[in-house]
Amino acid sequence: MTSPRVSLRSPHRKGDRTFSTLALTAGIIILVALAAVAIFLVAKSIPAFSAKPSDISPDDMSFLQYIVPLVFGTVWAAILALVIALPISIGIALFISHYAPRRLARTLGYVVDLLAAVPSVVYGLWGITVLAPFVQPFYSWLVDNVGWFPLFAGPVSGTGRTVLTVAIVLAVMIMPIITALCREVFLQTPRLHEEAALALGATRWEVIRMAVLPFGRAGIISATMLGLGRALGETMAVAMVLSPAVVISFALLQSKNPTTIAANIALNFPEAHGVGVNVLIATGLILFVITFIVNALARMVINRRKDFSGAN
Amino acid sequence: MSTPGFANSRRAITRKTIWATVAVSTIVSFAFFGILAFAGNTAKLNWVAALVVAIALYMVLISTLSAIVEGRRKSIDRLITTLLYGSFALAMVPLLSLLVTTIVNGAKRFDLQFFSDSMRNVVDEGGGGLHAIIGTLEVTAAASVISIPIGIMTAIYLVEYGRGKLAKSITFLVDVMTGIPSIVAGLFAFALFSLILGPGIRFGLGGAVALSLLMIPVVVRSTEEMLKLVPNELREASYALGVPKWLTIVKVVLPTSIAGIITGVVISISRIIGETAPLLIICGLTDSMNYNLFMGRMTTLPVFVYSSYANQGTGTADIDRAWTGALVLILIVLVLNLVARILSKVLAPKGTR
Repeated sequence: MTSPRVSLRSPHRKGDRTFSTLALTAGIIILVALAAVAIFLVAKSIPAFSAKPSDISPDDMSFLQYIVPLVFGTVWAAILALVIALPISIGIALFISHYAPRRLARTLGYVVDLLAAVPSVVYGLWGITVLAPFVQPFYSWLVDNVGWFPLFAGPVSGTGRTVLTVAIVLAVMIMPIITALCREVFLQTPRLHEEAALALGATRWEVIRMAVLPFGRAGIISATMLGLGRALGETMAVAMVLSPAVVISFALLQSKNPTTIAANIALNFPEAHGVGVNVLIATGLILFVITFIVNALARMVINRRKDFSGAN
Repeated sequence: MSTPGFANSRRAITRKTIWATVAVSTIVSFAFFGILAFAGNTAKLNWVAALVVAIALYMVLISTLSAIVEGRRKSIDRLITTLLYGSFALAMVPLLSLLVTTIVNGAKRFDLQFFSDSMRNVVDEGGGGLHAIIGTLEVTAAASVISIPIGIMTAIYLVEYGRGKLAKSITFLVDVMTGIPSIVAGLFAFALFSLILGPGIRFGLGGAVALSLLMIPVVVRSTEEMLKLVPNELREASYALGVPKWLTIVKVVLPTSIAGIITGVVISISRIIGETAPLLIICGLTDSMNYNLFMGRMTTLPVFVYSSYANQGTGTADIDRAWTGALVLILIVLVLNLVARILSKVLAPKGTR
């Protein structure tokens, strides 16, 4: 510091200016990248919307006829996965945050995080070689005994590669995400609330029902939405496990299953050519829009109660 | 929960009773299924069904017992406790099954040849995944080179500089970016490069661009969290000594939080190294070595696993290679996670945090 003048002008020093510009540029690159994703996807999918039915698929379908079963399959598989994963995830989160011994809890949390780190292609391989043959006898039993129930209608798939198996694999994949978020929220329940409930003579479950769950509701909702977003976009596990068909069907155990957008792209993209590529990119654009909406909603719920929920 | 017992109840179920209930339900259930198997109704002992029935039996027994002895409220409490323990055990089943299957099946081809050969001109037995391992390392390294500076600088902008609408919208979009399906990232890279370089483009750098799109938000989020942990007193002390803001960030803020930042970066790498879908689209598939990121198809390990599974020849050579590839992938991810944990321990600033 040679003269006081320099330090007075310090906010405008050259180093400061360069550095802050660099930081700002990085931030703007992210905005540009996300805009570019939207722009390039739209640009590449425009030809698909006006494509001739014969170019879209061998069965002469309009783009709408092509996309509707895919959207249905995507949403259906994701919702099924969520129905399986949500109660178990909340259970695990509660177990880790309120039941397991303190010292064990940390390790258990790490083990659950490990589930999230396993690559999806390994889940796919496991789903097809271990899970599908394992659950097939149960499916046969279900169809034989509860076949009158529309979800379990026959004929049963002989391989077990049905939408229910996919949903189980997806559930295993999204469970760690939901668990991690819920755990954070549950841990932030004010201790005084819990202790007050205990002091009133509440059992452990009553503490959870009266203090922990109401406090964590926003967090649970947003965790659910994030899990849903992940399930919607999951590709390889679905592509490898499901035996796909172009149908809209709620049946869980048959060999004809509605496939998902992401799996459909992965299976058909390597061989696609001409307008076929554009059609697949257009379906990808629709997937992008769906997941964008789901994620944006989830983030809005979190942000609205940010200082409250702590899940971010 | 420091006092899980029920001090106010006169009669309570003791630990001994609980273990007795566990034993009774297990014995009854396994005896039932054992008799079924012995009588020839089922081919062999169906231990999964036996276990499920045992747990259900235990839940019924303990809650009835508790309802009689301790009252309805405590009976519900016991039921829920069992359910929570059960849900955790249930979640461990797939993890264990997956690890065991991968290790057992992957060990068959976990030999030197797998790490020294590519698949060039290999028809049945033999061959290896060297080309895929090299591809994965190169693509991941390139993605890291793109993502880490952008991610860290964005986090610095958000924490140290960002005010107002722009910072808010960047935060929101980073959050939303975390949820982009990986296959959409691949389609984006394909759409971008096919417009520039012509249709049907497949090359390694495109994969790196797609992966960066998935990696940047993870880096930003974790770095942001770490920068926020740096106490403001440190910054203010530095300003008070006349140090300019950028030097404060470089010399004070970053060194304080470097452990967390590196951990976050390593974890983000372990996230993208297993990505399959985007690389299937933009990197393509080849049986030969390709060291050049800028030209030609490039196989990566996850795509190698997928294609070995999807295009199986006769015999088990392909599926064995797929499992070994999966094992190598899991090992890489495990090692990265371990490195992250160790680094965060070693580099953590001493003292309270």
